Amino acid sequence: MSEIRIKVPFEPGAAEKLKSGDTVLLSGTIYTARDAAHKRMAEALERGEDLPVDLTGQVIYYVGPTPAKPDEVIGSAGPTTSSRMDAYTPALLAHGLKGMIGKGYRSREVTDAIQENKAVYMVAIGGTGALLARKITASKLVAYEDLGTEAIRRLEVEDFPCIVINDSAGNDFYESSQQSFAND
Amino acid sequence: MKVIQYTEIVDEVSRICQEANFDLGEDVVNAFKESVKTETSEAGKSILNQLIENADIATSNRVPMCQDTGVSVFIVRLGQDCHITGGKLEDAINEGVRKGYDEGYLRYSIVDDPITRSNTGDNTPAVIHIELVEGDALDVQMSAKGGGAENMSAMKMLTPSAGLEGVKDFIMKTVREAGPNACPPLVVGIGIGGNFEVAPYLAKKSLFRPVGERHPDEGIAALEMELHESVNQLGIGPQGLGGNTTALDIKVETAPCHIAALPVAVNLNCHASRHKHFVI
Ligand code: SF4
Repeated sequence: MSEIRIKVPFEPGAAEKLKSGDTVLLSGTIYTARDAAHKRMAEALERGEDLPVDLTGQVIYYVGPTPAKPDEVIGSAGPTTSSRMDAYTPALLAHGLKGMIGKGYRSREVTDAIQENKAVYMVAIGGTGALLARKITASKLVAYEDLGTEAIRRLEVEDFPCIVINDSAGNDFYESSQQSFAND
Repeated sequence: MKVIQYTEIVDEVSRICQEANFDLGEDVVNAFKESVKTETSEAGKSILNQLIENADIATSNRVPMCQDTGVSVFIVRLGQDCHITGGKLEDAINEGVRKGYDEGYLRYSIVDDPITRSNTGDNTPAVIHIELVEGDALDVQMSAKGGGAENMSAMKMLTPSAGLEGVKDFIMKTVREAGPNACPPLVVGIGIGGNFEVAPYLAKKSLFRPVGERHPDEGIAALEMELHESVNQLGIGPQGLGGNTTALDIKVETAPCHIAALPVAVNLNCHASRHKHFVI
């Protein structure tokens, strides 16, 4: 399988070039956010306030890492289940978010919003937090410190491996890949 | 009568909480290795190999294999001839969890209230089941149970006319709907019978049996194997990206039930099937 090396945040037009089934290696900056941070961002938008980070072209990684040991950049850091963020995601895509990394299925509302906003949904391998942490070279807390593991962090990543599931053309890699192995 | 010190329990619990998260059981690692040989999808093989590599890194670097270090679930078999001194058993377990999750740099994943949701900051309270048994031993099994697979678990009060077919359909439906969300390859724990609270407990308990170990009852063992084969035909595969390794194993436990009832519970476990055990 060929691997596509790509810079994040995405350059204008870069996210929409990625296709369902592509293996990508991301390098650059991404932000962490999971349930509680999404809820706060949604509440901020509802009140008409600014988000704690400008999401234009950015990628959000759904992760709640373990605490870093004294000699580490970050603890274990694999993806969490994306569907819990579905309710909040279309609003963030409308604010410029271009990519999400998590695991598992997305709702129809989200895949529609991905198409509409020419964004991309990728997955990392769930449960390989020790392995994935090696691709993270820096981690800095940027917002919602009181949320602990659920705070927003800025991560520097190098060749962070992901697989594209939902692309801007409306394809779904889970659907196509599972079908080819189903026997029922 | 055997006397067991509170502090001894605290230390042992702390140790197994860390080991559960750092050292994936040999039963699970062996199942990965076996699955690499039989998996038909190239992407699936590659994922299984990454799971093996991830488990290696966790063990050698003493870091958690997964960032979701779970709810700490305990099944305690307390010998009725043993006496615990220095404090309450539940307190000792919770203190052990606090110590283990702190010293091991494990994640705190528990909120104090399901509605207001403030993190307790030490991964307590643990979920503790205590069974009173013969003898003077304290036997403690611990599982670090992740949220992803737990969220995709399900329970249904079937009625007798649904029969075994109804049970099988419900199991297949649950695994299919879980898809990638529960981090396959899975270990599927199934409880059939009992009542509304017993079936899920049976399902949870079944997950403590090592991967690859069949139920001692021949009929149940045969059902486990049949279900395993059917689940692996679903095509979900490692991480839901297609393949024939959707489950590493299926466990079934049964219990007597009401003439009107056929409860069935499916407790999914991800590939990070973390179980440790001590006996004092
Ligand atoms: S489902 Fe299991 S392997 Fe996947 S993220 Fe949760 S605890 Fe980790």
